[in-house]
Amino acid sequence: MRLYDTDIRSRLLLGTAQYPSPAVLTDAIRQSGSQIITVSLRRETTDGSGAGFWSQLRDLDCLILPNTAGCHTVKEAVTTAHMARDLFDTRWIKLEVIGHSDLLQPDVFALVEAARILTEDGFQVFPYTTDDIVVGERLLQAGCEVLMPWGAPIGSGQGLRTPDALRAMRAHFPDTPLIVDAGIGRPSDATKAMELGMDAVLLNTAVAKAGDPAKMAHAMALAIVAGRQGYEADPMDPRDLAVPSTPVLGLADLN
Amino acid sequence: MHITVNAKAHDITADTLESALAELGFTSPAIATAVNGKFVARNRRAELRLTEGDRLEVLAPMQGG
Repeated sequence: MRLYDTDIRSRLLLGTAQYPSPAVLTDAIRQSGSQIITVSLRRETTDGSGAGFWSQLRDLDCLILPNTAGCHTVKEAVTTAHMARDLFDTRWIKLEVIGHSDLLQPDVFALVEAARILTEDGFQVFPYTTDDIVVGERLLQAGCEVLMPWGAPIGSGQGLRTPDALRAMRAHFPDTPLIVDAGIGRPSDATKAMELGMDAVLLNTAVAKAGDPAKMAHAMALAIVAGRQGYEADPMDPRDLAVPSTPVLGLADLN
Repeated sequence: MHITVNAKAHDITADTLESALAELGFTSPAIATAVNGKFVARNRRAELRLTEGDRLEVLAPMQGG
């Protein structure tokens, strides 16, 4: 999988929030096999609250995808992206512009505008968007080379609420990496996303809030590989009626 | 000079962003800065002069999804 100019082996992108401890986070990342982890920016304290996490990030040796989580306006998101680039020394930004506080639904109008501004400034934007194809078109026109449609609201663990729309996105954007971002609750949700032809899955809460995060991280990695291989293997079409799998020819007459 | 740092009031003697960060005890290299809602790059902190009432935001890496 190629994201902008970087070849990525693992199709699981993992968030770093809400784990019971830093040690559990490290273990979960290792078990996930993820090469890309998401992080945020928050206010520093004078005792250096961010320094410990910074040190842990460097030891993990993963690619950092900073987010603009919590931003509600173009200005907030663009400024946060600039601060993230200064801090993490990366052109990547997971662009979130939230339009509704309860649903954490993207404000797609502000998202497109922020994506255009950031792309023109040299950023490689990973937009957290809906499954709307027209919005996807606008994001590509704004310079995005990756789309990250939601599966369900952030942190809800509902799985894919609109698989038909994701399938349509795959058909409409055959050459654009599509990453389902948000809503995954169980490994079967991740498998389903991959069977629909998504290129990757980004998840956090499903692993962090599992009873055994490291085990769930590994389960998600396996589920994603299974779903991808299933997609590549070109599954059979479902049928309404039964068709015997055992040959009928040569069946004995035992009446 | 009175400024606001991460939403808290401070009284500092430093007059540049870089010296203010040192005076306020932000010693970690892993910080990013904004003044009055505008991003200030790491390499511009020494030349950026603060004025009375400025709002300073000092951000650090944090866990995120």
